[in-house]
Amino acid sequence: MDRFVKHTGLVVPLDRSNVDTDAIIPKQFLKSIKRSGFGPNAFDEWRYMDHGEPGMDNSSRPRNPNFVLNLDRYQGATILLARANFGCGSSREHAPWALQDYGFKAVIAESFADIFFNNCFKIGLLPIVCSKAELNSLFGLTEQSTGYTLTIDLENQLLVRSDGHVVPFDIDAFRKKCLLNGWDDIGLTLLHEQEIREFESKRKLRQPWLFS
Amino acid sequence: MMARTLYQKLWDDHVICTEADGTALLYIDRHLVHEVTSPQAFEGLKIAGRKPWRVSSIVATADHNTPTQYWEQGITDPVSRQQVETLDANIRSVGALAYFPFRDPRQGIVHVVGPENGATLPGMTVVCGDSHTSTHGAFACLAHGIGTSEVEHVLATQCLLQKKSRTMLVWVDGVAGRGVSAKDIVLALIGKIGTAGGNGYAIEFAGPGIRALSMEGRMTVCNMAIEAGARVGFVAVDDTTISYLRNRTFAPKGDTWDKAVTYWRTLVSDEGACFDSTVCLDAGVLQPQVTWGTSPEMVTGIDGAVPAPEDFSDPVKSEGVARALNYMGLVPRTPITQIAIDKVFIGSCTNSRIEDLRIAAGVIKGRQRAESVKLALVVPGSGLVKAQAEAEGLDKIFIAAGFEWRHPGCSMCLAMNDDRLSPGERCASTSNRNFEGRQGGGGRTHLVSPAMAAAAALAGRFVDVRDLV
Ligand code: SF4
Repeated sequence: MDRFVKHTGLVVPLDRSNVDTDAIIPKQFLKSIKRSGFGPNAFDEWRYMDHGEPGMDNSSRPRNPNFVLNLDRYQGATILLARANFGCGSSREHAPWALQDYGFKAVIAESFADIFFNNCFKIGLLPIVCSKAELNSLFGLTEQSTGYTLTIDLENQLLVRSDGHVVPFDIDAFRKKCLLNGWDDIGLTLLHEQEIREFESKRKLRQPWLFS
Repeated sequence: MMARTLYQKLWDDHVICTEADGTALLYIDRHLVHEVTSPQAFEGLKIAGRKPWRVSSIVATADHNTPTQYWEQGITDPVSRQQVETLDANIRSVGALAYFPFRDPRQGIVHVVGPENGATLPGMTVVCGDSHTSTHGAFACLAHGIGTSEVEHVLATQCLLQKKSRTMLVWVDGVAGRGVSAKDIVLALIGKIGTAGGNGYAIEFAGPGIRALSMEGRMTVCNMAIEAGARVGFVAVDDTTISYLRNRTFAPKGDTWDKAVTYWRTLVSDEGACFDSTVCLDAGVLQPQVTWGTSPEMVTGIDGAVPAPEDFSDPVKSEGVARALNYMGLVPRTPITQIAIDKVFIGSCTNSRIEDLRIAAGVIKGRQRAESVKLALVVPGSGLVKAQAEAEGLDKIFIAAGFEWRHPGCSMCLAMNDDRLSPGERCASTSNRNFEGRQGGGGRTHLVSPAMAAAAALAGRFVDVRDLV
């Protein structure tokens, strides 16, 4: 996993609540057996005017001129601003993969669906929960000024606005440590190999029917 | 000892160790695997040179991509075929407790296959790269949907990193009346608390209204816990749980069975255990439910009407409703019973079990699908459900009424195979998600119970099934 320490980037506002994983990456793209290449199809149904299928040349497809990600001023955005319950729906990690592959490093929202939230950490895409009041002002700022950027300082758990205003955010200590160091969960867990084995043998004695 | 909730008991029984911030390493008993979310995990495992920790925990099947007709032709879509073949190859190389490949008599939707084979047992931690893994909570399991990185993590370590959730008790009073089912209970709940209402919670469903449900009904309720925002939902063990499991293929037998049952009986919340939040619902007064929008919380009773955006004071919500109505092609204040449908889908891990098919068949027996309904599709949840239904003659009832009787799989629940809505088509569906494009680009989904879907197929619009049964 890539490390995440500090990031400054262009912000794009997606002003909708309940953005679901089907919207983030439609199911026809889940047929891939790879982990990469989903970026051009992130938000496919909103981004393009035609129906997308795997294998199409996305660069020649008609774009929806009204969809926020297609606006010139937001090209190259790396921070996605969203509303409540972002990432609801399926457990597909293809959704965070697609956002990351598109170029996003972080998503800031009022709330996230549990599984999506969790999946983001596994790949080093940082989901940040932010109060409704702060979000409202961030939406306002990004819409008012072209080229609006934010700095995310993970070490100090701060969103630093370009006007100098700082907004603290919460994150689990363990997840923060993993992100700052770019640690791989599996490697970390396997440090407990002995404990897992002992737990398993005890479990086998007490509940043998689980091991047939 | 302090009175513990069922969640606390299940949690305590699986914790290997805990980090300072509360992140725990949980031992995983059952790992369900399907073709869509596993290929990258198996690949990652191979690249890292790791071996699966305990292959006897794995039960695998192909469901999302498999076609529901013309099985003799195999899977004609090359991309889908490659994914299913990748699963075949991965399971062949690592092994599993059980594998039900495409066209196997026991193949089916992973959440139907696990319980019906007794591979889901009370007190287990169950994971699957699929959010509807919450279904297995009906058996007093801690059942989590996980992402692909976690699938790889479980393959490699037999563990999952989790933080403890807060607990929510959903107390269902009263017993659902005639024509009202588990699906209506859970839709009404989501309407009440919203799709984010259960965020961060583990939900225990309890009360007379839940006790009165069969295991099938409880699975329907737990299945949609995720639509209420909760990653896990579960029901305590009782006689219904135990009699369902007796003699299932992977359930314990003989002395071990008795020993297991003794333990399973402890899987209930203790008297006086505290929950962080409680929600009450009276199943006795519920009407059959119908969703009108593009989120499961956009739901009302059959006597209700489509709302107007201005009914909602929160501007984000109001705009969401306006967008939903526009997508759904609905005018505010339209009575639900005036909404005409084009297609009907009876299936999915929410409502494709034998009880669901019996109920739907009971409604349509001796009647006919409305002319205006282009397609009424019945997709059993598994090969075993299909065989059972055929043994009872349900297939004949469906076919005689003008329904199509298909092979098992996820089918039009998510439209990864050929079963899908065309743009603008309106469907009465027993599945669990009415998101934009879920059943096909531009398709319009109304979530209902199997009885209500059957009734809609007969009338060509939504009607109160209580007038038919
Ligand atoms: S039936 Fe639908 S919800 Fe259930 S596992 Fe299949 S695609 Fe997912």
